[in-house]
Amino acid sequence: MSDQQATAPRGSAGGPNHGARLAVAWLVISAIADPLFWFAAGPHMPPGDMTSSASGAQFDFNVLMMAALPVTLGVWLYFGYAIVNWRASKGGSDLIGGPKARGNMKIQTAWIASTTIVVLSAFVFGTVELIVPAGAGGGEGPQPIWTPTSKTVLPIQVIGQQWKFTYRYPTYGGFETDTLMVPNNTTIAFHVTSLDVIHDFWAYQLGVKADANPQQDNVAFTTTHALGKVTVRCDELCGIWHGAMFNYGHVVSKSTFQQWASSNETRLAAVTKLLPPFSWTYTASANGADGVYYPDNVDPYSKIQLYGAQPVSVAQAVKPTS
Amino acid sequence: MGVAPPWPPRDEPSETVRGKGRYVVGRSARLGIFSSLLAVAVGLVVFVSMAFLRTEPPTLDFASGHGSGQAVDLHLQTVGAIGFGTHPGWVSYLTQALDGKWVHTTLWDLPADTRINVTIDQYDSGSPLRNPQIGAVYGTLGNTATLNGKPISVIDATKGNGVGHTFSIPTLGINVPLYGVNGNAKNFCNSAPCTLSEAHNTVKFSFMTPKKTGQYAWQCFVPCGGGYLYGNSGPMQTISFMDGFLKVVS
Repeated sequence: MSDQQATAPRGSAGGPNHGARLAVAWLVISAIADPLFWFAAGPHMPPGDMTSSASGAQFDFNVLMMAALPVTLGVWLYFGYAIVNWRASKGGSDLIGGPKARGNMKIQTAWIASTTIVVLSAFVFGTVELIVPAGAGGGEGPQPIWTPTSKTVLPIQVIGQQWKFTYRYPTYGGFETDTLMVPNNTTIAFHVTSLDVIHDFWAYQLGVKADANPQQDNVAFTTTHALGKVTVRCDELCGIWHGAMFNYGHVVSKSTFQQWASSNETRLAAVTKLLPPFSWTYTASANGADGVYYPDNVDPYSKIQLYGAQPVSVAQAVKPTS
Repeated sequence: MGVAPPWPPRDEPSETVRGKGRYVVGRSARLGIFSSLLAVAVGLVVFVSMAFLRTEPPTLDFASGHGSGQAVDLHLQTVGAIGFGTHPGWVSYLTQALDGKWVHTTLWDLPADTRINVTIDQYDSGSPLRNPQIGAVYGTLGNTATLNGKPISVIDATKGNGVGHTFSIPTLGINVPLYGVNGNAKNFCNSAPCTLSEAHNTVKFSFMTPKKTGQYAWQCFVPCGGGYLYGNSGPMQTISFMDGFLKVVS
């Protein structure tokens, strides 16, 4: 009797084939849920598709959700099916479980194989996406393993300090501003550094997130695809006003950016003159108010730092196309 | 004659029992006393912690009774050493209340969408800036301020007395550098509140509070926490010294 009970859930002789039922139901709901998610919800998943790195992150998220959905639905389906079909009832047989449910080699093999495939697939996918261009959208570091294919790149330096971000534009005389302005359809190299403690530059809608370390040039590449507002937050606990360390930026047309950059270059000339020469990193004195910051190196356009790409100049890639 | 049972018995009710000339406390009673003492101790720790966390400087109200379209005058001073309290050596801001008294606070209730006329008497010495970008005036009405009556748009902190402090509200894009006074001045102010007979610079500017109510953090951007790493701890991270909140109300 106990042997019969133990095999009942898998389809006893003369009884329903539970395994086949579950498999068919699972395939049907997965076949519905996955495309539904991909086409209906996928395009709205964070962080959007304003840039190559943002759309890369969105793609990764959606692919992983496509893999996770059938797993989740399979668990829920089995859970519901078990409650309906194998629940205890008055006068019914004893519950089946524990040692009696063990020993089915087919199920064990299927379980181990399927979970191994899912986990290894996620591992391979995640690793590949980290190393392919624009896959991860994070700070690629001073020696990135991939570089942009664009023939031109606009460098923007992000400087973290307690407690705000400022942005230097070396191709426009090195002026420094509180506002992040980025031209559309342009490859950007964010060079992220800090004047004091560790901060983290997280431009959410751009899909860029890079640590700002003192005396480190952490590079993050992205290519803009759409106009819009950008929120920049510090994502590394950096002191009492960490929560207030945010500002906003915009992706604007090339012509608008050109106009903005040129006018700021002129308007801020008096302040720019007081800044240290542009450098990828700076050394800040740790002696409090007496400290200034000094350039670590003074070659903003070295081939090493631009990874073979050409820096965008006023007359080059940001020239109005319309 | 058997062996005497253990005293007190293990299953003795939890109550104090009288032995021969002494009190013996049962296990349950001891557990109860211990639990009570522990509860009192935990309660005290929580009470003291909450009292500490809930302690904050007073908020000066510049919004009540404010007429629509009427500007608000905000008078501040910066000093090199507050001269009293738990950190007498720390640099600090002070705010003048409506009754004219100087209050050690950096919290203000301000009406929304209102012009704020700020006067800062700067009594501290200055230095070069870690980031000269904050030597610029921006975000104020007209992107300008006056220093001792003369308009300024940027201060070169490497010259003269340098910059002592800034008044900055990053989320509103406002920054005003405060030119330092000569640290060797004979009438240098050494403790707050300072008076106009002592060496100072007066900086004036105006800005508009946002229409959206809420709390807006403001701070000094000169790392003036002397003795702390990068100068950004101590008074730089303590409300009522070099940072605070604009509490913008409707």
